[in-house]
Amino acid sequence: MDVDLIFKIAAIGIVIAVLNRVLNQSGREEMAMMTTLAGVVVVLMMVISLISNLFNSVRTMFHL
Amino acid sequence: MDIMKIVMVGIIAALLAVVLKEEKPEMAFAISIVTGLVIFVFVITKLNSVMMVLKHFAAKANIDVLYFSTILKVIAIAYITEFGAQICRDAGEGAIASKVEFAGKVLIMVIAIPILAALMDIMIKIIP
Repeated sequence: MDVDLIFKIAAIGIVIAVLNRVLNQSGREEMAMMTTLAGVVVVLMMVISLISNLFNSVRTMFHL
Repeated sequence: MDIMKIVMVGIIAALLAVVLKEEKPEMAFAISIVTGLVIFVFVITKLNSVMMVLKHFAAKANIDVLYFSTILKVIAIAYITEFGAQICRDAGEGAIASKVEFAGKVLIMVIAIPILAALMDIMIKIIP
């Protein structure tokens, strides 16, 4: 059980939220948007690798 | 105790998701997906021994391998479909979730057709 990934995603989310707030305050909405997008893509990559891991384990378990 | 671990992971992940929901709803969603996946993978590895016993029984009872593997496939499809549909419903996309469930039902029916055909053959043989 790799719980680290949950904490990693939570940390990324908090950092992105803080960055977003700071960039919005300093009047750089486009940079804030970019950081949000980058964070979402990074998290999505982690989630996709985990989903493929799940599918592989199900496939080996049920001999599909 | 494994259940303690799982409950702790669930509580911590719920806390993190609630913290993040205010600022970044998409990150909270990702946390809920990852938590579900982690627990799912952890539990499904425990199923291995049960599968061994079931296979042993099936071999003892002379059940055709085709039928047993069909049942296993149906169970796997049901698990995965339920998982995906729950995630979609969690994200507020009820329509996509019901489509995923529909696809799962159709695929289970397609897999189960050979068994239905075998049943039909037996019935036709019995009824002169």
